[in-house]
Amino acid sequence: MAKKGDWVRIHSVVLKAEERTAKLPDDTKKCDLEQWTKGYLQDETAKVGDVVTVKTAVGRLEKGTLIEETPYYTHSYGVFVPEIIEIDRQLREIMKFGGEE
Amino acid sequence: MTLAKDYQSVMGRSNEIQKAALGLDYADFETSPIAFDYDALMKATNYTLEEIERIQGLHGVGNTPLLELRNITALARKYAKPGFGARIFVKDEACNASGSFKDRRAACAVAHAKKLGYKGVMAATSGNYGAAVASQAAMQGLKCIIVQECYDSKGVGQPEIVEKARKCEALGAEVVQLTVGPELFYSFLSILEDTGYFNASLYSPFGIAGVETLGYEIAMQCREKLGKDPDMVVCTTAGGGMVTGTARGLIKAGCKADIVAASIDLTGLSMASDVDFNKKSCTTGHTGFGVPYATDPDHSDVPRSAARPLRYMDRYVTTTQGEVMYMTEMLANLEGIERGPAGNTALAAAFSLAQELPEDAILVVSETEYTGAGKHIQPQLAFAKENGIDVRFGNPDEDKPGTNVILPSSPELIKCKEADINRFKKSLVKKAVKKSGVKPTEADLVFLAEEIKENVDYVKAALEAEGLL
Repeated sequence: MAKKGDWVRIHSVVLKAEERTAKLPDDTKKCDLEQWTKGYLQDETAKVGDVVTVKTAVGRLEKGTLIEETPYYTHSYGVFVPEIIEIDRQLREIMKFGGEE
Repeated sequence: MTLAKDYQSVMGRSNEIQKAALGLDYADFETSPIAFDYDALMKATNYTLEEIERIQGLHGVGNTPLLELRNITALARKYAKPGFGARIFVKDEACNASGSFKDRRAACAVAHAKKLGYKGVMAATSGNYGAAVASQAAMQGLKCIIVQECYDSKGVGQPEIVEKARKCEALGAEVVQLTVGPELFYSFLSILEDTGYFNASLYSPFGIAGVETLGYEIAMQCREKLGKDPDMVVCTTAGGGMVTGTARGLIKAGCKADIVAASIDLTGLSMASDVDFNKKSCTTGHTGFGVPYATDPDHSDVPRSAARPLRYMDRYVTTTQGEVMYMTEMLANLEGIERGPAGNTALAAAFSLAQELPEDAILVVSETEYTGAGKHIQPQLAFAKENGIDVRFGNPDEDKPGTNVILPSSPELIKCKEADINRFKKSLVKKAVKKSGVKPTEADLVFLAEEIKENVDYVKAALEAEGLL
């Protein structure tokens, strides 16, 4: 349960799929145009799924569905990619760093 | 009275919203249904190169190091004819305040917004420009909102774009994120109208004038360090601002280097496709932006783009995602410089172009960009694999965007491909005339010739072939 002043992330649908009139590929035409932003919760209390109002970093009031309390980033340097160390090995071998074996 | 905020109403007010958000009436520069006064638009900034240098100098931008890539040059020479293999240099633009050359564009746009009394700035960008505007807004004391296309319909974010969102927030901006589609512009305009902020468009004359210092510095640093001008400058191209601004700066320095534009070839992947969105392993510097913006510069977020790359480029070459990933690792491993992949598109092209030039020639790559979580070849390649993309070693000729990423099995196989620049030039002329719906006048033909760096006869022949003259 989030309370007033908590930092949360909200989601909204800007245009429903059937409202999209721009020139779009068929796959995109089937999708809603969705939007996310973050801000301080303005409602007294709210839980994930509630429609709430937030005050964003610049002070705008924006309405949307609360989807995340205390949101944080999880992007990373990714899992091991063996090809990368193979590139390193190959280049070092061609350039003979450290001289001939 | 409260204004209607539905799609049709906001888009209908596009011109007035933009006029208010730029402090510039583009109608002043229109000279016919086809032509406009490009020089007058660029002069409307009222900023001299010296003034821009001063603004950038005050805000942690510019005067980045020009680094010689000696090991990469030595490697390229192994595959060149005897006596060939130009010296390769790179402008280390990652040293700018927010980590890319985009700071040059943002510094001027934000300074201009501040001078005109705006309380905040906005930009629509999924690229490094967001962090640049956020950084400059922080330095110059303005509020900032960045609107980015970030997710597919399953809510999966492109790692490189997610990192840019993080960075913008770290620099104090609000980030509004959307799913795939050009209607992002509606959200952008709507917020612009509500806030009354300045549109720090990538394509404004302030932004492009800001890049001129990059070209100017390249010429001056080559003269100081090497006693001569560069023979070739290679620029990664997407929206065309890098090519345009760098070339203009080189011209202002009296430098006649060949200007080569380079993009990653993503032919076959639709930029507005929800499914294709996360099949790209690089989010910028590719043909999906490069070609449409070169052949029709005026479909951006301003009525007339100040980025008009076909006015300046001598050649347009393409590379593959795998070649760019490989070069990024090469830059780290052979030169000790770890940088983001997107900025290395031109470097991959340069490795191959250097082999066409004699050993005493100077080739400059115009940028590097910062790297970080998400914005690095490891997460990009890991993400590609998660999305079913076949990542393997092979011949880059086997590259198929959206299906595979082919890492060259030997550096010898890194070969940029010549794109048909004449086709792009003819396409620009054709689109400009068709869009206007009128027959071009003599003055229009002169304008179109300038648009593509050709003469009037070339334009006439191109239009006659299409039955448009």
